[in-house]
Amino acid sequence: MSSRQSAGVRRRAVLQMGSLLALASALPGRLWATVTRPQSAFEATAVEGVFADLGVTPARSDAIIFSVPDIAENGAVVPVKIEVDDEMLPNVSKVYVIVEKNPNPLAAVFAIPEGTQPYVETRVKVAQTCELFAVAEAEGQLYMASKETKVTLGGCGG
Amino acid sequence: MASRIRIRAQLKGDGCEVKALMRHPMETGLRKDQLGETIPARFITAVKVTHNDKIVLDAFWGAAVSANPFLGMRFKGGSVGDVVKVSWLDNQGDTGEGETQIR
Repeated sequence: MSSRQSAGVRRRAVLQMGSLLALASALPGRLWATVTRPQSAFEATAVEGVFADLGVTPARSDAIIFSVPDIAENGAVVPVKIEVDDEMLPNVSKVYVIVEKNPNPLAAVFAIPEGTQPYVETRVKVAQTCELFAVAEAEGQLYMASKETKVTLGGCGG
Repeated sequence: MASRIRIRAQLKGDGCEVKALMRHPMETGLRKDQLGETIPARFITAVKVTHNDKIVLDAFWGAAVSANPFLGMRFKGGSVGDVVKVSWLDNQGDTGEGETQIR
């Protein structure tokens, strides 16, 4: 019974995915969120590629407070915290998290609407010891901070 | 699927701090199983946080966010009892959501 059932579920999943893909191609990025997912930046395979996609290499800024452990014992779970000083750098609308040596360096993008504080926390995979970048977009300009994390156990598992 | 997100929303300073823990494998699509078969990519691509139905955060994720993802964020305003909702969508079209009240 379970194999018939799971075949049905799979078929349904495939059908659902098909219709989703069709929708997605009709309305790129508008399917679910109110802001567009920067798909090509996510597909870039080097930090330079991500910056190229964003249009510019960000200027360094002390307004970005980027907390990353110096040594990550487990690269699969590396906590990152990004906070932007509102007074030094107001009107932040987006925050990007980039891991230099990951197969696809761009890990996450956060769209910050008005009324939301420029503060995000998450956990990311870091494949090997490398630089992590926090990029903040404010009034169309890009700013960044970076920090190296030493990874003693890789983030990509077996 | 409603119980797949654990959320806490707490007043802090002049705003509200939201912490959410989602249950999701976040497979990169680059790993292989014991038979050498590639494990298909399965990861959350978008996360939305709302406060009384107003969007306070839109996040887009790649496969590099850790399994069972954690999200912390803060928004201005909010009062005790307000509803905070977190929902996600993955690359296979699966969704999850959870909600809580500010305390």
